[in-house]
Amino acid sequence: MAEKTYLQAISDGLRTEMRRDNRVFVLGEDVGVYGGAFKVTLGFQEEFGSWRVLDTPLSETAIVAGATGAAIMGMRPVAEMQFADFVSCAWDHLVTIAAKQRWRAGTPVPIVLRLPSGGGFSGGPFHSQNPESSFAHIPGLKCVCPATPEDAKGLIISAIEDPNPVLFFEHKHLYRRIKGEVPDERYTTPIGKARIHQEGDDVSVITWGAMVYTAEEAAKSVDASVEIVDLRTILPWDKQAVLDSVRKTSKVLVLHEDTRTGGFGGEIAATIAEEAFEDLDAPVRRLTAPDTPVPFSPVLEKAFIPQADGVANALKELISY
Amino acid sequence: MASTTAVDVVMPQMGVSVSEGTITKWSKSVGDTIEADETLLEISTDKVDTEVPSPASGIVSEILVQEGETVEVGTVLARIGGEPGAAAAPAPPEPATQPAAEEAAAAATEGQAAPPEPEPTPAPAAPAPPPAAEGNGKAFVSPVVARIAAEHGIDPAQVPGTGTGGRVTKKDIQGFIEGGAQAAAPEAPQAPASEAAPQPAPAQAPPPAGPPAAAPAPPAAKPVAAPVPATVGSAQVGESLEPMSAMRRGIAEHMRRSLDTSAHVTSAIEVDMTKVVQIREKLKKEYQAAYGVNPTYLAFIARAAVETLRDYPWVNGELRGDQIVTRNYVNLGFAVELADGKGLIVPNVKNAETLNLLGMAKAIADVAKRARDKKLTPDDVAGGSFTITNPGGYGTFHGTPVISQPQAGILGTYAIVKRPWVITDENGADAIAIRSMMNLTLTYDHRLVDGAYAGRFLRDLRERLQSWSETDY
Repeated sequence: MAEKTYLQAISDGLRTEMRRDNRVFVLGEDVGVYGGAFKVTLGFQEEFGSWRVLDTPLSETAIVAGATGAAIMGMRPVAEMQFADFVSCAWDHLVTIAAKQRWRAGTPVPIVLRLPSGGGFSGGPFHSQNPESSFAHIPGLKCVCPATPEDAKGLIISAIEDPNPVLFFEHKHLYRRIKGEVPDERYTTPIGKARIHQEGDDVSVITWGAMVYTAEEAAKSVDASVEIVDLRTILPWDKQAVLDSVRKTSKVLVLHEDTRTGGFGGEIAATIAEEAFEDLDAPVRRLTAPDTPVPFSPVLEKAFIPQADGVANALKELISY
Repeated sequence: MASTTAVDVVMPQMGVSVSEGTITKWSKSVGDTIEADETLLEISTDKVDTEVPSPASGIVSEILVQEGETVEVGTVLARIGGEPGAAAAPAPPEPATQPAAEEAAAAATEGQAAPPEPEPTPAPAAPAPPPAAEGNGKAFVSPVVARIAAEHGIDPAQVPGTGTGGRVTKKDIQGFIEGGAQAAAPEAPQAPASEAAPQPAPAQAPPPAGPPAAAPAPPAAKPVAAPVPATVGSAQVGESLEPMSAMRRGIAEHMRRSLDTSAHVTSAIEVDMTKVVQIREKLKKEYQAAYGVNPTYLAFIARAAVETLRDYPWVNGELRGDQIVTRNYVNLGFAVELADGKGLIVPNVKNAETLNLLGMAKAIADVAKRARDKKLTPDDVAGGSFTITNPGGYGTFHGTPVISQPQAGILGTYAIVKRPWVITDENGADAIAIRSMMNLTLTYDHRLVDGAYAGRFLRDLRERLQSWSETDY
């Protein structure tokens, strides 16, 4: 057990799997000599050699297509996008081929895409998005969004083990800011199981990723017992944990950093309305970014990404409803 | 031709949105002979009352649903023909209809939870719920509160609310139950509705000796509490009970909802109908002889109203969300009292702006007759844009009708009476004359229609009626 940053935990999990399983290799832009855009694979090329830590041309299409082909041939590729935003270049390979191959041909496609996502550092419209909802709509994919170092390690290992294409959204704002105890040994965190970040009785916050910490901060400033459910993965997502929490508190805030319309929060809110209607004591509330690209300006970005005071206000409204 | 195999008579679909109907009267009994298309029974839905013709000729072999019962569309109500032996067992008569018994039981359950009279309580330490709570949203019961209330047989209106606008929250009702509501409502009966006979004990309010700690309701909670006497569900000495008809229930719901929706204001104006009276006298014979139609005063007023609405589209309009709807047509509703005096229905004449005086008189006579004969279709009562109600036949001279939602106005017409009236003759001299006077009221939704706008509408309508000439149609 040692204290590690969120970034170190991902690196740790990746290294664990590469040491354990020769089929696992990483590929991406500058993942080798440079150690990756955020240094997740720093030192990997020295340890595993340049054939298992592949520097690729600047083409997300080629990276995902190459990973898909390698996976079909029996490898376990872990591809890094420098920013999650650029995975859209590889949409066709990911959505048309990787997601459907198992269903149309029976061939598993065990690829992992590491997707540094999220804002909070004035990265602007191309380097700050949280595109998980777009992929949560694609049957055949899995979407993982860890919030803690411990989950980051356990989930990257589960993702590599998983026979399906897994999108691993690692939140950039958490990389070096969030530290926590991480077991040294190998372990897995189940995909599709939520974690209760904080127990409470009066109101539930359903969220994931960096918003877990925003919710935690907001909860400190309200005079009520707030339960924070960290979904950890959104495809599949832990419906039961959400419904259990809603049945307990009867009031619920769905919080995400992604934009509102078509955001995954809508799916959660609709499920609550369908399956826990008779347990609700207030309308299901959503708090999200507005429907615009992510702004560059720090002031505007702060207005765009849900902040603790906004979450606290939403909680207060729910509590007093 | 008698059938050898039984033909089912089912509850008909009376319009797209209608899902159930109530049997109001069986015209035939088991064993009676009936011809195809002869009336077999009468039904009542929340839209219309109507007769159901027999689908076949033969002997009524079975009646499966009794008068007063409400069943879903498609339910088999009776069978015509078939094996005579199969008809042997008519359904046993029930002492009370099932829905009525259920309501009675449910009402008794509500009564049992009624807390004692609120005692004056010292001002609570916590900030009181905002007084603005009165009215809007006050009575909203959230799904979880509704469920808990049903499980424990509690009327949520009796629970002091601390939520927004005095709303009863989940915590409020849980606290109410834990704080001693059990004393008033012992062990929630598993299925109170299944008890056919309301038990006498719960109908009595508990003695006020031991008020439960959480029970005294702040006055704020009181006004919304439905006035439920402790003994609802059982008649007291000298009283008699009858179940509400579907129509009465529909009227009750609509009247309440209308008053909760629109800001009702009524303006009245006096109209000199002398000219109309004279012209009608002349036209009466002609219309009767040539068309078999009576040119009623209502037809004159409707004709003038439709013309006037052209210039006042908001009176013929609607508030839909935050949009104002205006129309290039008038679907003119007429409130028709049913022959038995036990209900009222408002069919409307579609595109009334296209009708002249004769057409209007015919259209009014047609919808009124079909309303009384229970021959209206759901379309006849849907889509009205403005309504005229005519309570003046009994001599009333003023009223404040309730708007038919979602319309914005309703015109009331009252008795025409001869009165001394100051007129100015052609020489400009004032004189007192005997004139046929009538009051008209316009009740309008003040959210949309302002008082001056309504006043101008009434002024123009009066002008049209007072200046009616023989060449006007």
